[in-house]
Amino acid sequence: MNKMNQRLNFTHLDALESEAIHIMREVAAECTNPVLLFSGGKDSVVLLRLAEKAFRPSHFPFPLMHIDTGHNFPEVIEFRDYRAKNLGERLIVRSMEDSIQRGRVVLRSEGQSRNPFQSITLLDAIEEFGFDACIGGARRDEEKARAKERIFSFRDEFGQWDPKNQRPELWSLYNTRTHPGENIRVFPISNWTELDIWEYIGREQLEIPSIYYAHEREVIVRDNSLVPVSYLVQPKAGEHVQNIMVRFRTVGDMSCTCPVASHARNVEEIIAETALTRITERGATRMDDQTSEASMELRKREGYF
Amino acid sequence: MSVVENVGLDHAELLRFITAGSVDDGKSTLIGRLLHDSKSIFEDQLSAIARTSNKRGMEKMDLSLLTDGLQAEREQGITIDVAYRYFTTPRRKFIIADTPGHEQYTRNMVTGASTANLAIILIDARKGVLTQSRRHAYLASLVGIPHLVVAINKMDLVGYSQDIFNQIRSEFSPFLQALGLRSVEYIPMSALAGDMVVERGDNLNWYSGKPLLDYLETINTEHDINTQDFRFPVQWVSRPQTEAMHDFRGYMGRVESGSVKVGDPVTVLPSGLTSHIREILFYNDTLKTAFAPQSITLTIEDHLDISRGDMLVSSGGQPEITREFDAILCWLSEQAFDSGRKYIVKHTTRMVKGLIGRIDYRVDINTMNHEVADTLVMNDIARIGMKVQQPLVIDEYTKNRGTGCFILIDEVSNNTVAAGMICNS
Repeated sequence: MNKMNQRLNFTHLDALESEAIHIMREVAAECTNPVLLFSGGKDSVVLLRLAEKAFRPSHFPFPLMHIDTGHNFPEVIEFRDYRAKNLGERLIVRSMEDSIQRGRVVLRSEGQSRNPFQSITLLDAIEEFGFDACIGGARRDEEKARAKERIFSFRDEFGQWDPKNQRPELWSLYNTRTHPGENIRVFPISNWTELDIWEYIGREQLEIPSIYYAHEREVIVRDNSLVPVSYLVQPKAGEHVQNIMVRFRTVGDMSCTCPVASHARNVEEIIAETALTRITERGATRMDDQTSEASMELRKREGYF
Repeated sequence: MSVVENVGLDHAELLRFITAGSVDDGKSTLIGRLLHDSKSIFEDQLSAIARTSNKRGMEKMDLSLLTDGLQAEREQGITIDVAYRYFTTPRRKFIIADTPGHEQYTRNMVTGASTANLAIILIDARKGVLTQSRRHAYLASLVGIPHLVVAINKMDLVGYSQDIFNQIRSEFSPFLQALGLRSVEYIPMSALAGDMVVERGDNLNWYSGKPLLDYLETINTEHDINTQDFRFPVQWVSRPQTEAMHDFRGYMGRVESGSVKVGDPVTVLPSGLTSHIREILFYNDTLKTAFAPQSITLTIEDHLDISRGDMLVSSGGQPEITREFDAILCWLSEQAFDSGRKYIVKHTTRMVKGLIGRIDYRVDINTMNHEVADTLVMNDIARIGMKVQQPLVIDEYTKNRGTGCFILIDEVSNNTVAAGMICNS
């Protein structure tokens, strides 16, 4: 009777969870010097819980790392530090500000989105520490190019992804081999959707940054998007600032990440909204992904996550 | 009722399937229709494809554009690699591996099929069973997909004729029966018009079976995994070495098949040492039993030397421990097989060096005939004999997918060059 109950309880989330744990353990066992990319965003929060399930009672066999664009929401940075400390795991932060100081990144203007330049700081950090595998929270349902990316995604010594020359990936036999200087991006939650993430956050009662929940915020309506007002974004002539209830579906660069109007104050209400939502996560919230139909693919080719 | 029958994978909430067919069969339109009618397409995706359809001078929105991924493919208008799609209904979550049907892309189909429970083979009702339909069905059976749906599409272009449907079914049926699949279902449909995909529509009233989505939501996949033979390849040994857990040794891994309970006798292979299961741990929980495909941590009663690559087995039939075995191989690499070369064999959590000792025959996948071969090039399927440097703990692929499959990695380029399925009888 006991067993029957267990079997009936094995849900699609359990299947996805078990797959992700298996992937993380393969990375730990086969890669020499892996790192987990932790931004404080909801997908990487899920990654941390999966890492706990994969490796406790031991410490994680890899450090956490965040590439700080300097354009992050302060609530997210605060949460990032709190969560890493709380877990007792080592957090490495490398900032784009340093890359700018050193002349590695050259921006046209202060308010410009920093997302495309993260790759430079990331690649520099990979070289600095000699990481051969970066575990990230990307999902295939986010975007067309990602839909074709492997779980173990090989990058050459320039950090480039070659979509036409990917290693075949069969069963759950992952090829983790690299030459010196090359590395692998690993996406344990490739097969999760936005809804799966929220259901998992609800089920595991995971803490997430407060801006994922509905709150009052000053925004400007610009091209059907709600653009958050900050020191980076100020109203142009003719635009007026509104104070409305919003929540963020993704938490990236402050200059180009837009919230959606929402009254969802807890995970259950977000799940209800997500199940009904008619716009993709990136379509709704990332202005930089809309510039061309192929924009994510181009960024990935250049070394983006 | 025996204990083993009671446990097993409950796939009820997750179904992985592949779609095989050429561009002309309307495969992309079918996937677009499944996503569209099950309300899994977002407004911004719809408006993007509406814009593109318009730009290309099409009158109606082209649902097939939803599944075109990479820039190069959009330019050429063909699908060149496996793409994964997701949709959820109140009954199930679905993962679609969308694989191209064009001849040179056998490797993509094998890749997508390796994790699937079900394959949808598309047939254009006007053209009937083609060489490639047989090829797709053969590859699906070769990779061990238990369930097949033959989607006879474009019924709108043959006046929704029941005769044509019956004709195609009776033509294809003897071939499919010989492949020994667990289930085969034939469904007439028009992906373009939406008949019998998600909705029944009004044009195929003579068909008494379920529409495609209904069928996918309800097909029983409980017996797709081996529930009898416990197999636990060790992935990682946990030794926290803290004050409180000084002697703790946890063997971490995923149950590939069967189940295990506390107190069960276990044998460690290839060493053959034995012990009993002391605890089954999962994060903060202590479990009484575990079953495939759970990722867990096991502790045992005795101090044994166990490391990654070893396998814990207990109930049911024993695997074979060997340095030589036969396999069906699919060559995946653009670089042809080199008989003088050693390859890295990755099997479960074990990596050893190995070589292909002989090629018994190559399969002509259009005729299924066996032919003599002394080399293998991309997309070739062949029966071969493998020799490996250290023993592997193997099962036949048809009995156990997880412990019967392996890949070959080129030592120099580090590319995955072949996929193998063990067949020792």
